[in-house]
Amino acid sequence: MPLGFFDYIAENMPLILNGLKFTVKLWVIVVVVMLPLSTLCAIAKVSGPKWLRKILNVYTWIFRGSPLILQLYLAYFGLPYLGIVLEPMTVVITVFILCVVAYQTEIVRGGILSTDKGQYEACKALGMSYGQTMLRVVIPQTVRKILPQTCSEVIVAFKDTCLVSAIGLGDLLRSARELVIGDLRVDAFAVVLVFYLLVSSILVLVFNKLEKKYSVYV
Amino acid sequence: MELTKTKNDREVMIRMINIHKSFGDVHVLEGVNLNVYRGEVIAVIGPSGSGKSTLLRCINKLELINEGAIEIEGTIIESVNMPDYPVASNQQVKASLGKTGMVFQNFNLFPHMTALQNVIEAPIHVKKIKKEEAIALGKRQLDRVGLSDKYDAYPSKLSGGQKQRVAIARALAMSPDVILFDEPTSALDPELIGEVLDVIKKLAEERMTMIVVTHEMSFAKEISDRVIFMDNRNIVADSPPDEFFNNQEHPRIKAFLEKMLSNKN
Amino acid sequence: MALLDYVTTILPQMMIGLGTTLEMYFASLILVLPLGVIFAILKLMGPKPVRWILNVYTWAWRGTPLLLQLFIVIYGFPVIGINLPKFLAAAGVFCLNMSAYVTEIMRAAIGSVDKGQYEACKVLGMSYPQTMLRVIIPQSFRIALPPTCNEAINLIKDTALVSVINLMDVTRTAVIIANRDFRIVSYIIAFIIFLLLTSFMVKVFAYLEKKATAYD
Repeated sequence: MPLGFFDYIAENMPLILNGLKFTVKLWVIVVVVMLPLSTLCAIAKVSGPKWLRKILNVYTWIFRGSPLILQLYLAYFGLPYLGIVLEPMTVVITVFILCVVAYQTEIVRGGILSTDKGQYEACKALGMSYGQTMLRVVIPQTVRKILPQTCSEVIVAFKDTCLVSAIGLGDLLRSARELVIGDLRVDAFAVVLVFYLLVSSILVLVFNKLEKKYSVYV
Repeated sequence: MELTKTKNDREVMIRMINIHKSFGDVHVLEGVNLNVYRGEVIAVIGPSGSGKSTLLRCINKLELINEGAIEIEGTIIESVNMPDYPVASNQQVKASLGKTGMVFQNFNLFPHMTALQNVIEAPIHVKKIKKEEAIALGKRQLDRVGLSDKYDAYPSKLSGGQKQRVAIARALAMSPDVILFDEPTSALDPELIGEVLDVIKKLAEERMTMIVVTHEMSFAKEISDRVIFMDNRNIVADSPPDEFFNNQEHPRIKAFLEKMLSNKN
Repeated sequence: MALLDYVTTILPQMMIGLGTTLEMYFASLILVLPLGVIFAILKLMGPKPVRWILNVYTWAWRGTPLLLQLFIVIYGFPVIGINLPKFLAAAGVFCLNMSAYVTEIMRAAIGSVDKGQYEACKVLGMSYPQTMLRVIIPQSFRIALPPTCNEAINLIKDTALVSVINLMDVTRTAVIIANRDFRIVSYIIAFIIFLLLTSFMVKVFAYLEKKATAYD
């Protein structure tokens, strides 16, 4: 007599929870690092020295122009051939951050560039320095402007975490796949499906609230 | 078709009877009555929020009324809580609505079509006129509003005044019996207002029936046969322009006119 | 082996992988536009049950990772007795995934057309289908074009996921060659291929967008 859905899931809870922990940990780290780092990169891309801008251009071009999974493969399987051996988790987190920051940098840059020229002129007329202008006037406006895209980037990052299962790390999806293939029953996929749907729906709801709150004066 | 006649045998083109309209809890029109005769030019003026545009938009059912009846050329096109005025068949209503044209404050031209395409769109697809005939018709209408050189221009390449003239040509191409103008010059830069008013003036000379909601007092004075003043959800005054502008007794209207004239300077 | 010689040896294999990637891309893409447009229209004015089903569809497909969808179809379906050819199953998943996004893009674009356009159509006596087909939808295409192009670029990158289910696309080929020869050159070539593809697409789409907004 095969186990019912809930008994089956309960029995495999440790494996599923392990995967879940990994997924959430990766996502939280990526998001926490992504926001400040991408803002810095964007400011550097707009007003940094030329050589830095060039480097950043190449960086965002490469990471936005190629699949994340290929980046993961190269870092995870490829780097050891060059004699570079790192902790698997370090590799994964680094690649994720580099990729997500590349996308977010372009979003922030777009927001900064779309700020009306008059705002800079007003700051100049008031005698504000460039740093003051950016920090006190331009960036706060940018934050509100790019909030929707940033929110959707955070959700994309969440869904992308499951790509680590492709290189054999034990995230939620990987655990589920092992269960499905090992036990020939699909219950585990149902759990993953519900988990992602639930979390992304909650994120969408929270972000909608956030966007409403911050779009008051727009 | 039996036409509604009045005592002095003038043909009533539009009859609005006891019109009530509200948006949610906000009453915009309260028991408005209005007759429009064929060949007449009516200027509707009044403070903003007095229901001028709503009144206009009720005539062609862009807004649905909450009570009252509306008759166009003898056909009752809408009737709410008015058992004595039975609504005509859908087909008749549609035909009568087809006799009204409208020009909007914001032009509402189709941005993906050239001026000529804008004008011939409805003749071809609604009236099912042959394409060549429609093109000839469209060009005639654009010539009529002085845009012979703009047939193939997209709206984005036209000035506000030119856009509004295309919109007028688009309305004319459907050969309406009456044209409703909803603040046709309010979205225009001051220097472009004249060219649009000139076109409307020309139509007035051709005895086109028109109802014009406007803030241009001198224009209202010059071209209208009747001035209607709206305030507090109803028509407060309805008189020929001479009487209205020169012998105004009503204190609120006087105040309004003074304000409008001083704004001009 | 010298680098150049090595590249020459593995390039033919990589090109076969590229062929698979492109086949997968176009097989997935071909139905996306018609599906997205039809779904968007149905979502706006279809019968209630249809709208409800489409709401669940776009919600579920946009709310879950593509790789999970792929795993469910490739590993889950056989367990419950549904066996689909791998290539077709993957193309189907990609197609339905992107269609869900394009549906929402189209729906938002249709919704963003100014209300005045509907009023102008109404006073000209145009019917609802005429209004939608001749005035509203042509305008919304132009509004929807940039985000749709963006999705089309994402799709080429997303096809790399088939490497996980062992289809021999560029990415999978690169992994296998690298594991065989203990060199990362195949990865670099895969990167270059993708960068060329996406950069080319960015150029083409930018040109398309410029053409499409000629009337602005």
